[in-house]
Amino acid sequence: MSDLKLNCPLPLQYEQIVMAHGGGGRLMQQLLDSIIQPVFSNPLLNQKHDSAVLNVNGSKLAFTTDSYVVKPLFFPGGDIGKMSVCGTLNDLAMSGALPLYLSCALIIEEGFAIKDLQRIVKSMQLAAQQAGVLIVTGDTKVVDHGSGDGIYINTAGIGLIDTNISVSPANIQVGDSIIINSDIARHGIAIMLEREGMNFDSSIASDCADLSGLVQDLLKIDIDIHCMRDLTRGGLASGLIELATSSGHAIAINETALPIHQDVNSACEILGFDPLYIANEGCFALFVPQTQTAQALSALHRHPLSQQASHIGTVTATHPKGIVTLQTTMGISRVLDLLSGEQLPRIC
Amino acid sequence: MNYLDEFRDPATAKKITAAIKAITTQPWNIMEVCGGQTHSIIKHGIDQLLPDEIKLIHGPGCPVCVTPLAYIDKALAIAAQPEVIFCSFGDMLRVPGSHHDLLSLKAQGADIRIVYSPLDALAIAKINPDKQVVFFGVGFETTAPTTALTAYQAKQQKLDNFSLLICHVRVPPVMQALLDSPDTQVQGFLGAGHVCSIMGYHEYLPLSAHHKIPIVITGFEPVDILHGLYLCIKQLEEKRYQVENQYSRVVKEQGNQPAQQLISQVFDVVNQSWRGLGEIAASGLSLNADYADWNAEQRFAVAAINTEEPAACRSGEVLQGLIKPAQCAEFGTMCTPEHPLGATMVSSEGACAAYYRYRRHQHV
Repeated sequence: MSDLKLNCPLPLQYEQIVMAHGGGGRLMQQLLDSIIQPVFSNPLLNQKHDSAVLNVNGSKLAFTTDSYVVKPLFFPGGDIGKMSVCGTLNDLAMSGALPLYLSCALIIEEGFAIKDLQRIVKSMQLAAQQAGVLIVTGDTKVVDHGSGDGIYINTAGIGLIDTNISVSPANIQVGDSIIINSDIARHGIAIMLEREGMNFDSSIASDCADLSGLVQDLLKIDIDIHCMRDLTRGGLASGLIELATSSGHAIAINETALPIHQDVNSACEILGFDPLYIANEGCFALFVPQTQTAQALSALHRHPLSQQASHIGTVTATHPKGIVTLQTTMGISRVLDLLSGEQLPRIC
Repeated sequence: MNYLDEFRDPATAKKITAAIKAITTQPWNIMEVCGGQTHSIIKHGIDQLLPDEIKLIHGPGCPVCVTPLAYIDKALAIAAQPEVIFCSFGDMLRVPGSHHDLLSLKAQGADIRIVYSPLDALAIAKINPDKQVVFFGVGFETTAPTTALTAYQAKQQKLDNFSLLICHVRVPPVMQALLDSPDTQVQGFLGAGHVCSIMGYHEYLPLSAHHKIPIVITGFEPVDILHGLYLCIKQLEEKRYQVENQYSRVVKEQGNQPAQQLISQVFDVVNQSWRGLGEIAASGLSLNADYADWNAEQRFAVAAINTEEPAACRSGEVLQGLIKPAQCAEFGTMCTPEHPLGATMVSSEGACAAYYRYRRHQHV
């Protein structure tokens, strides 16, 4: 096996978009790298951060956008409205920004219940209010019955970054400790169980949460945060693989250190899913110098959104660069690779 | 977690590994039959814990991998028809047919749905009386009972807008075929635990006796697989050949008899083609005459589709354990999970996909 060589990505195989192009895996990466990125390429976009960091008249602004197409619209632990606010706040927070303003664009399908719309916008307002941000601009479009999926939401956000703060994949250094704030895979499994109407004797709720307050608390204490990444679509593994690739460093994580809720683990076992690749909505990875690991953990453990914070791995100088390895519970090291697209439930 | 954590316990695994090393005096080739076991072995790195003398051969027990190209093409032909809602287990959707896969067809507008149980397809048929709903029934004896139950209920309820495309396969005949092959290197088997939870293991007794080969019915967690290997190696070292049951917390000798009755009530045992292996006598199940009206091959006139397998793909040799995935020239170059030449690269249980995912950077 040692004669295996790394290969360039193959050309796009599909002539049409398939669902896997949005799955947070290799096909999505290929779509971005071959169709989107080359056309829009500029230094700000090419930072490949959760938000673009803009210098405007001496101020550092973070700017980001995200679209929300989750089904079902209401799920244990949240709804599309809460998610559309928290998700964008989290993207801002990951660049070290204090979120300030959001936009809200609604694409609503003909026939959608007004009471559901009311419920969703109230949920958005509540989440924004709790985070101390304002929704200051928006747009509403209605499409023909059958042309949408009830409702899609796009939000964009602007935040302010303290000029002394620099949090970016480019700052990741060999030796950094990698900490995650919470258990993984709860959002994806909660959605899956709700969507498929599976009668599990469990009440797994999404971890959907605004992380910006927690991040602001961390930025106030004396920890040199090198990088943060929220581990949404594609889960922990895909998030770390992207960071390893963009930083050019290798990452080693330890399976025994990964917090996973027992019910989530059971659901994954039954469906044949790997929790490392399941989406989160309130979980992020934090890169800090190894000497500040204990301090970061103790700060995290004081906050309600990070009581299960765990030191899961380290940035290493291993070759080849840009890969993520997992030390399994059996003591064997194996590579974590991007999946093609979303995980598909197994036959048996 | 009960039934999970204790079978992933590193300390127990270490003890069994030490016991395997202590009893191994010479090289042995052992095949794990089931793709779920292959996946677990590669994912947890179990093969790397073993002494060099023990070579694991990855068997043909991945249902996605062995479904012949002709059936994928039949599925595509049916799913492309405008009045059809085509229901399948998730991991069949990316298996390449002659020209495209079910995912591409879905992107072109075909109504293709992932279901978790064939009974979900039956429910879809009931609420869509103006549509033809077809379920793609694939898999080993593990999934055959739920397909049989679905066919039974469709008949009971006289659901005439529902039918089944069946490509169910049986494990004992393929083990027999592997042992009959002059090229075989297999000296012991880890039997497929889940298949045996349905069928029991009495079918393996004559196979083991006739070929003088140990068969250890084994589970899927690291401790299960190591324990199964220990029992198999112990038999080989002691020159015994018996059927043993490592997975006794799930498998009983006679299996699940109501499930077996359902299978025999709905299906006939038939000769069946396996992708990469060719036709194997009595290795398949097809709907019997009582259920002919629910046979999608007849209803959509696709029975005549008989596609040849592509020559470049060596998945047959992989499935027989004659080569490791990386020994195929196309592995990782022309054949990747995004562009699979053969089904062993598609399913997470396929040996090629498991090696691609976990071992591609082996020199790390």
